[in-house]
Amino acid sequence: MQEVQETMTDSGTVSTPGTAGARAENPAALANEKPVKIKSRDVNVFYGEAHALKHVDLDIRQHEVTSLIGPSGCGKSTYLRCINRMNDVIDGCRVEGSIEMDGEDVYDPKLDVVQLRARVGMVFQKPNPFPKSIYDNIAYGPRIHGIGSTKSEMDEIVQGSLQRAGLWEEVKDRMDTPGTGLSGGQQQRLCIARAIAVNPEVILMDEPCSALDPIATAKIEELIDELRQNFTIVIVTHSMQQAARVSQRTAFFHLGILVETDETEQIFTNPKDQRTQDYITGRFG
Amino acid sequence: MGISVILLVMLGLTVAGYLLGTRQALVVTGHNPHQLHSLPSYHGLYLASWVLLPALIVMAIWLIAEPHVAELRLVANLPDGFSQRSFDEQRLLIGDIQARALGGIVSGALDPAFQAAGEAYAGTLAASRWVMIAVMLALMVGGGLIALRQVRPDMRARNRVEKTASVIMIVASTIAIMTTVGIIFSLLFETGRFFSKVPITEFLFGTQWSPQIALRADQVGSSGAFGAIPLFAGTLLITLIAMCVAVPIGLFSAIYMSEYAGKRVRASAKPVLEILAGVPTVVYGFFAALTVAPFFRNTGESIGLTVSSESALAAGIVMGIMIIPFVSSLSDDVMNAVPQSLRDGAYALGATKAETVRQVILPAALPGIVGSVLLAVSRAVGETMIVVMAAGLAANLTANPLEAVTTVTVQIVTLLVGDQEFDSAKTLAAFALGLTLFFVTLCLNVIALNVVRKYREKYD
Ligand SMILES: Nc1ncnc2c1ncn2[C@@H]1O[C@H](COP(=O)(O)OP(=O)(O)OP(=O)(O)O)[C@@H](O)[C@H]1O
Ligand SMILES: [Mg+2]
Repeated sequence: MQEVQETMTDSGTVSTPGTAGARAENPAALANEKPVKIKSRDVNVFYGEAHALKHVDLDIRQHEVTSLIGPSGCGKSTYLRCINRMNDVIDGCRVEGSIEMDGEDVYDPKLDVVQLRARVGMVFQKPNPFPKSIYDNIAYGPRIHGIGSTKSEMDEIVQGSLQRAGLWEEVKDRMDTPGTGLSGGQQQRLCIARAIAVNPEVILMDEPCSALDPIATAKIEELIDELRQNFTIVIVTHSMQQAARVSQRTAFFHLGILVETDETEQIFTNPKDQRTQDYITGRFG
Repeated sequence: MGISVILLVMLGLTVAGYLLGTRQALVVTGHNPHQLHSLPSYHGLYLASWVLLPALIVMAIWLIAEPHVAELRLVANLPDGFSQRSFDEQRLLIGDIQARALGGIVSGALDPAFQAAGEAYAGTLAASRWVMIAVMLALMVGGGLIALRQVRPDMRARNRVEKTASVIMIVASTIAIMTTVGIIFSLLFETGRFFSKVPITEFLFGTQWSPQIALRADQVGSSGAFGAIPLFAGTLLITLIAMCVAVPIGLFSAIYMSEYAGKRVRASAKPVLEILAGVPTVVYGFFAALTVAPFFRNTGESIGLTVSSESALAAGIVMGIMIIPFVSSLSDDVMNAVPQSLRDGAYALGATKAETVRQVILPAALPGIVGSVLLAVSRAVGETMIVVMAAGLAANLTANPLEAVTTVTVQIVTLLVGDQEFDSAKTLAAFALGLTLFFVTLCLNVIALNVVRKYREKYD
């Protein structure tokens, strides 16, 4: 607890304006600022017989970073994969309840998964660049969605994505070399660039920094903070400090249940639930 | 006493040595095994190897040397007239004497002088056997006693047993390697003899293959032609047809199994496909000769094509079916080795299954797939039985798959079947063909293995 507060006050990247004191004066103003982008109601997920996610109601707001925290196996990744329907590929996985994006049901049988995934990008825990050139890695998404038909358009998209991911300066002279030859942190930024190349509305990140060193992590956190201007971001993280640094909202999961969700500061300074309190003070998890 | 009895006795003594060593290890420590450096069983093994190995080595050397030494003594004992005979006669006579002495079939009656020499020969062999048994017994008991006296609590029996085991393994692998080297050298040697009779340029660049050699000088068609090009062209043609069948079918079934099939389908379909690899090639051969080839001939006739009853097409297609599992099983493995995270990455970008397979999985698995195809090619090139039965023996230089062709392996078989002089150009040609084929498949295998290895490094 002590440590968390310290990092929050020390860190320049905390983007929520004001301190806990300032917030207390005007509690309602921040909470209602942004419209809801993704609305989940009574979401249940089963892997075969196992009930992995139980009755989750969660609102994710536009142009905010929402972080999902909780002990290992509590269902954070499972919830994340519900949003872009990556659970469809898993044998024996069943999703119930409703998830709406901009009022449209994501699980509507008439909805095209390909289009959904063009609107909801994903970055994984382990950087997974394709064994292709850096250029082709970025161009892959636009190509399958038919964006950027001419060479110059494509060049523009590739350069723009790399610039927004803060990787352009490092790789601009080696666009033809394989993406797998980059360092771990560069690979992860390449994957972020690949995700934003199709210009999605939402980006899902599943522990994007867990395989990276502190410097690369800091770069990615900075990047996430910038991307917030244009994208809605949901990030799973095991680092409380990271959640505090990058997110405006935090949802705490425990044993498949969404225990508590609130503004990040509120969760870390004044959690309502005892389990949340125990988790962020490191008493379990 | 027969060799099998000797081996049984050795086995018994070795087991006894093991038990003795185990017990002795306990005895020297006063039944307190904690004082031992190595476990009692290692002391047992150590003693057992002292009992077994020296005796085994001596026996091997003895059995190899015995016939030669005995024969030298036999020749020394023969009457004077012997050395005046020709070499062939000498060989024949010695063979007769040996056969008579050991109770085999003899070509005619023997001179009494030779008879006596034969009896002496048999005596030598019997005596030698008994001396060998005595020496071996002495070695086993002596070795056992030496090792027994070394059993002490601080003796590093484990390390010594490990060392012995590694030496035994080195010897085993050396034998395997030496055999390969020996085969290559004998091929090289015989091929050299062939090229002293037929110029190497004729062999490599000649387009005429009819390996007839006259038995008498005045025979018709006495000069053979040894141009290997028709054979290699035939091999190439059949391999090409086979790959046209095996690569698409094998690759598509591999894609289906690794990407589309559910767990249960995969678990049953894969073994079934692999059964194809277990069918003996003779079975494929008569399937090709009795079913496929007549089918093509009849179909060809009905649409006005002349298809010979033994055609490259029939052999190639059946061979292709035979090597499907080589392509499918290996490609399936390499596609499964493509990390799931790459698939997830593609799906998360909105790629469909087919796009993911085509644009991500196949390129990532390509080196492995190429490797599996090359292995299948070398398998097809070396295949004999199907071609013997279905493609015929006529060495036609043609690219028409409806005609009969022949392959390198088939010609090797036909060159060596039947009564032949062993040093005629005809038989020696088989070695030249074998060496060339060996060289080609070796290159293919080396390339394939390198490609596959390069692929492995990428993801491990
Ligand atoms: N493919 C699957 N098949 C079966 N069960 C699964 C599968 N994926 C996850 N689960 C189960 O669902 C539960 C939630 O898993 P999930 O991966 O969502 O946890 P998590 O919160 O992301 O954990 P971590 O922090 O370790 O990544 C776990 O009990 C897990 O065992
Ligand atoms: Mg997870």
